[in-house]
Amino acid sequence: MDLQIVLLLGQDGITSGAIYALLALALVLVFAVTRVIFIPQGEFVAFGALTLSSLQAGKLPGTLWLLIGLGAAVAFADISWALRHHKMRRVPLILFYNCGVPILLAGYLLAVSPATLPQPVQVALTLAMVVPIGAMIYRLAYQPIAEASVLMLLIVSVAVHVALIGLGLLFFGAEGSRTTPFTDMSFQIGDAVLQGQTVLVVVASLVLIVALYFYFERTIYGKALRATAMNRTGARLMGISANLAGRLSFMLAALIGAFSGVLIAPITTIYYDSGFLIGLKGFVGAIIGGLASYPIAAAGAILVGLLESFSSFYASAFKEVIVFTLIIPVLLWRSLTSRHVEEEE
Amino acid sequence: MRNRLLLGAFLAALALGPLVLPEFTITLLNYIGLYAMVALGLVLLTGVGGLTSFGQAAFVGIGAYTTAYLTTVHGVSPWLTLPAALAITAAVALFLGFITLRMGGHYLPLGTIAWGISLYFLFGNVDFLGGYTGITGIPALSLLGLEVKSGREFYYLIWAMLLLLVLTTRNLLDSREGRAIRALKGGSLMAEAMGVNTPRAKIIVFTVAALYACLSGWLYAHLQRFVNPTPFSLSQGIEFLFMVVVGGAGHVWGAILGAGVITILKQWLQDWLPRLLGQSGNFEVIVFGLLMILVLHRAREGLWPLLLRLFPAQATRPRVAEAEPLARRTLPDNGSVLLEVNNATKRFGGLVANDDMSLTVRAGEVMALIGPNGAGKTTMFNAISGISPVSSGEVRFLGERVEGLTARDIARRGMSRTFQHVRLLPAMSVLENVAIGAHLRGRRNFLHAACRTERKEEACLLHEAALQIERCGLAEHMYEAAGSLPLGKQRIVEIARALAADPCLLLLDEPAAGLRYLEKKALGELLRRLRHEGMGILLVEHDMDFVMGLADRVVVMEFGQKLAEGLPEEVQRNPAVLEAYLGGVDEHDGY
Repeated sequence: MDLQIVLLLGQDGITSGAIYALLALALVLVFAVTRVIFIPQGEFVAFGALTLSSLQAGKLPGTLWLLIGLGAAVAFADISWALRHHKMRRVPLILFYNCGVPILLAGYLLAVSPATLPQPVQVALTLAMVVPIGAMIYRLAYQPIAEASVLMLLIVSVAVHVALIGLGLLFFGAEGSRTTPFTDMSFQIGDAVLQGQTVLVVVASLVLIVALYFYFERTIYGKALRATAMNRTGARLMGISANLAGRLSFMLAALIGAFSGVLIAPITTIYYDSGFLIGLKGFVGAIIGGLASYPIAAAGAILVGLLESFSSFYASAFKEVIVFTLIIPVLLWRSLTSRHVEEEE
Repeated sequence: MRNRLLLGAFLAALALGPLVLPEFTITLLNYIGLYAMVALGLVLLTGVGGLTSFGQAAFVGIGAYTTAYLTTVHGVSPWLTLPAALAITAAVALFLGFITLRMGGHYLPLGTIAWGISLYFLFGNVDFLGGYTGITGIPALSLLGLEVKSGREFYYLIWAMLLLLVLTTRNLLDSREGRAIRALKGGSLMAEAMGVNTPRAKIIVFTVAALYACLSGWLYAHLQRFVNPTPFSLSQGIEFLFMVVVGGAGHVWGAILGAGVITILKQWLQDWLPRLLGQSGNFEVIVFGLLMILVLHRAREGLWPLLLRLFPAQATRPRVAEAEPLARRTLPDNGSVLLEVNNATKRFGGLVANDDMSLTVRAGEVMALIGPNGAGKTTMFNAISGISPVSSGEVRFLGERVEGLTARDIARRGMSRTFQHVRLLPAMSVLENVAIGAHLRGRRNFLHAACRTERKEEACLLHEAALQIERCGLAEHMYEAAGSLPLGKQRIVEIARALAADPCLLLLDEPAAGLRYLEKKALGELLRRLRHEGMGILLVEHDMDFVMGLADRVVVMEFGQKLAEGLPEEVQRNPAVLEAYLGGVDEHDGY
């Protein structure tokens, strides 16, 4: 193996590693705030990528119908709650956010031809369709049993994952797709070529991570999420709504997922079920960080990306085996070093 | 009686089914039986043990591939490949269990997801296992010289094995080890304090569940006569979990019900959904996912309990059989030192919860540990009983240093305790809860339990539990669910459970809280009797009348430190105690 190949593989590994790192951060965030192990994280990657590619193909993406359907279900659940608690004044807002906004979005998409829109607008529309789905799923699937055990929430996660995979197949079909590259720049470094798209992925991931950092450090909602992650009961006593924190963290996770999908869609062909394995690799990173530490999770995810790209060179058939077997020494190491303190379930 | 008839009717229908049913239905029933075996293991793991795995399909795969490879390549007899498959499965399960079960409950499912995926890709990429095309030409099974070839013949083999597994699983759960496994769900703290080796119990259920899956895979390979990786993928592993949750994770029959419902529903949806949606694909997963969420929201126990409600069981009065009394420990001489705590300090980060605490308890005395809320009394209890060891200092029990031992090792040496926040298993009867206390007094393991060769010991354990319940005055509640008792009585159940361990030192954390006047009086009587028999008792209590009327000596704690020690009347006159603790009589009417 010469230096050129090492550079190429390293480039590949860092690109996917950056995506896994984003997903690992989202997983740690969701787990810390809600105790949900968010298996469907990867589906948002696929939904983001495939929604964008549908728009570029001039089709109405199926995620739009999912948004409208889930919005109606959330509105129904929230309004029946409001009726029972005599909070009628909330009804117009509930209707506006959950039904009004998706319908406006649908109206806009029907009025223009999405394929001709500039790429940034397409990306914005994609995020506008996919991101609210995160919060809606929290409201419908998790919020009613938010106090259940981690195990129960995990089983719900798997159920949501399975349902979303099926819907993905229904919306986007079994064929994979790619989107138009954001840039066709490339740089020559010695003998190796550095793709502009790769640089974009890494830079965009870094920007998102920095943005999240400021969100958590500087904004009141970010601080509320951190408080909930540290001490749920304490945060609730301080007037931070657990439901709000849950919806917010799921929305951020959906944002991170969809954004990652948009970033990698020009580089990799994404199928309706590609998200699962991508999300799980983020998971391996998150587990290296013990589902608690953001920097270690991110570093672990980069490691997973590099391992994957090098093993696909040496033993491409066993790529997945090698990546997922990595979790075994990690778990062994964690179980030998951590003293498990029992949680009250 | 009626339920017996229903069971009989079910068995008869199973036996006669193949004579009348069409081939297609037989095939479906064969699959239901195979899936139910895997689901049964998951009932044990998830519903009873409170753990879960998404990787069961991979264990099915090990069973199927082991026999496929050995019979086709090396010509080994199928009946010899079964022990080989079981041995490989056990080794993998023990290893996975060892690395994941010591950590939080969610590491096992995550570990099994990763393991399920990598095994699937391994099956698909290893040349000698045939890659994604798989292995064909697996020989049929032969039983007593007859070839088991057709679906109808296989049907009897599958269902006989399944019913045998149901029976052994029920036996296992209704035993000493079974109670230990059921205790896992209530958190390992209580189980460990009763001497249950909880990591061992977890690894046992995980391994047993894996072995059931392996058996199913072995049968599957010989039924299909060929294998490829698809049926052993992670999505199949997830489907097994769906079966259990939908059927009823807490009931052995829930496994069969769930396997039946999901398999038939899948068949039906695979027919109808593509026509309805105008596309082909596995759209049934959408329905399964939504169904699962609905079940978890609305009927967390699954469908089996709903079905049972249609056939309410008549109240049968179980009776505890007379049995030989269990051997008792020789109690140390009256007045000898049982427990000695010297300069014990416990820190939680910067907080010093116990600061240089010392105390002794002798055989045949009641030592009371009192102090305001937050003084560190429960922390002291946890340090003594090994639940949360001291940061520095020593704890001696019967002359031996025990501060480095686990809770179960300390329990084995003759110390037993109750918890301030009652830790009973609410769905289990009072009798079974108390019998957990006697865990260390039996030795028959789960294999004996599965084959019912431990009935004599089991009878002795239950008899002992019943004796302790009677002794504590709860005889009339013996067969009621522990969770249905008022809180005060639940505390007494905790005492009975501690007594079932035959301790020489009893640690009671606020036993009188929530008791009414007469109940308190009865409790005082019981403790006096125990003291008279030579037991040492360390008592944390807020009820001053109760403490002062009972205790031989008192230690007062405040802010983690010892404030005073002495006879009750001395302590009551101690100015520091009056100042710091009883001083505000006006504000502390509650005491």
